Amino acid sequence: MSPAEIREEILDILGDIAPDENLDELVDDVSFREQMELDSMDFLDIVMELRKRHRVQIPEEDYGHLASMGSTVSYLEPKMRDIVKA
Amino acid sequence: MYDTIIIGAGMSGLAAGIRLAHFDQRVCILERHYTIGGLNSFYRMGGRDYDVGLHAMTNFAKKGTKRGPLAKLIRQLRFNWEDFALAEQIGSSIRFPGVNLDFGNDIELLESEVAREFPDCVDGFRKLHQSLLDYDDLSGDDPTFTRSSREVLTELIPDPLLREMLLCPLMWYGNAREDDMDYGQFCIMFRACYLEGFARPFKGVRVILKNLVRKFRGLGGELKLRSGVSRIRVENGRAVGVVLDDGTEIAGRRILSSAGTIETLRLCDDITEVDVAKAGRLSFIESISILDKQPRDFGFDRTIVFYNDSDQFHWRRPEESLCDVRTGVICSPNNYRYGAAEGELPDGVIRITTLANHDLWCGLSETRYAAEKVAQYESAVASAVRFMPDFRRHTIATDIFTPKTIRRFTWHDNGAVYGAPDKRLDGSTHLNNLFLCGTDQGFVGIVGAILSGISMANRHCLVAD
Repeated sequence: MSPAEIREEILDILGDIAPDENLDELVDDVSFREQMELDSMDFLDIVMELRKRHRVQIPEEDYGHLASMGSTVSYLEPKMRDIVKA
Repeated sequence: MYDTIIIGAGMSGLAAGIRLAHFDQRVCILERHYTIGGLNSFYRMGGRDYDVGLHAMTNFAKKGTKRGPLAKLIRQLRFNWEDFALAEQIGSSIRFPGVNLDFGNDIELLESEVAREFPDCVDGFRKLHQSLLDYDDLSGDDPTFTRSSREVLTELIPDPLLREMLLCPLMWYGNAREDDMDYGQFCIMFRACYLEGFARPFKGVRVILKNLVRKFRGLGGELKLRSGVSRIRVENGRAVGVVLDDGTEIAGRRILSSAGTIETLRLCDDITEVDVAKAGRLSFIESISILDKQPRDFGFDRTIVFYNDSDQFHWRRPEESLCDVRTGVICSPNNYRYGAAEGELPDGVIRITTLANHDLWCGLSETRYAAEKVAQYESAVASAVRFMPDFRRHTIATDIFTPKTIRRFTWHDNGAVYGAPDKRLDGSTHLNNLFLCGTDQGFVGIVGAILSGISMANRHCLVAD
């Protein structure tokens, strides 16, 4: 997956977790917590959805990399590079 | 071999099941009873629908709210706000002799009522309210969690009558401890009842339960009714599965139990004695009256009334008598703001909840039991009509459930409704793959129980997997 495709995938997951949220206005370098009031339960869901959909394993100590869209995409890029977008 | 076996198909077990099944675990929920719901079930009798438990769902939030328990559970279970179809309360009251405090889903009302009736306490009340606005719940490890609420209130609220009045609804809706309340639990309940408030689906608790079951099954989860767990098999310090009442063995990698702390430990092969004194003791009878009129038509528009017939609120199990009618809760499911499309409930309904002694109820012979149901219904209603219009001549049908009924449906010791006073907030047990959820783990009420299932599933069955 390219960084743009990973971003699409994260948007899709966020849409599942928070269906009422307008994701078109999401700013990549501002934290999810600030923009969407995501809490630790929601971050767990991003991790679990990535595991469910793409078998991507994210160890607990790395959860901090998922703070914003920008940091999430850069963190996932090497892990998801070889995944072919369905 | 299941990834997780869940004991009990109540709110917490079903919510946990949804979380695990959503993330592709093989999950089985085992329920002893022939129906789901546990402490929050429903039944049909004489052509009418009845709810057990639910008077109101606490923690109301409007659609689209981002913070708070209701928003959290809707997100976590991938529900839509519309799935719960919640209608807000009309308004509730706390009634003590000579004093009435109204409250609704906006704390401003209660604050103005306090200002009118207790002007010298309103600053303290505001201070208390301010301190509870923040959502960071006290965790169980926080030493202030188990602080005495009465002590904290005494520092803030100079008038003892107001302290009793504020405690009354919060203890009624979620305090497993007698006489006093853990301050952590007080904060949770203050928010649930006074800051967020009450709502109800038009069709009652069955809407919530049916949504939970449909989602769970849709995700491939298995639900087995009439499947009581008689033993938890333990080998080399680990739970390896369960044995059902009929002898069937089911293997699982881990077990999440909503049966209660003591009740769960008692099931374990490796434990021969449990400290039954630690089980909860507070149980209730509920007297249900079906009326030929909507309560508003005889001048009763309250959603819930919490009453107490003296200045001192006694929150403890009656020792010498079947029931203690000095305090109670009156609830009318008619008095919600239902949508135009929903209309009105077909009958007027008044439900009255009264403190009761489980052991005394269970010690009655069959004939005495039947007779006492009638007698205690009458005395509960007679007590309640001191605080509301007398509705007795409108009654067309009645039903009553007792601690014996609650015990039969929930299998909880003593028919305890809010579980044990000492919670296991981390859900852990003596085995590293057996965990607790539900009332003995922590939060109570419908929203609390669902969140308990979610958080225990997340913490012990997903993260660790």
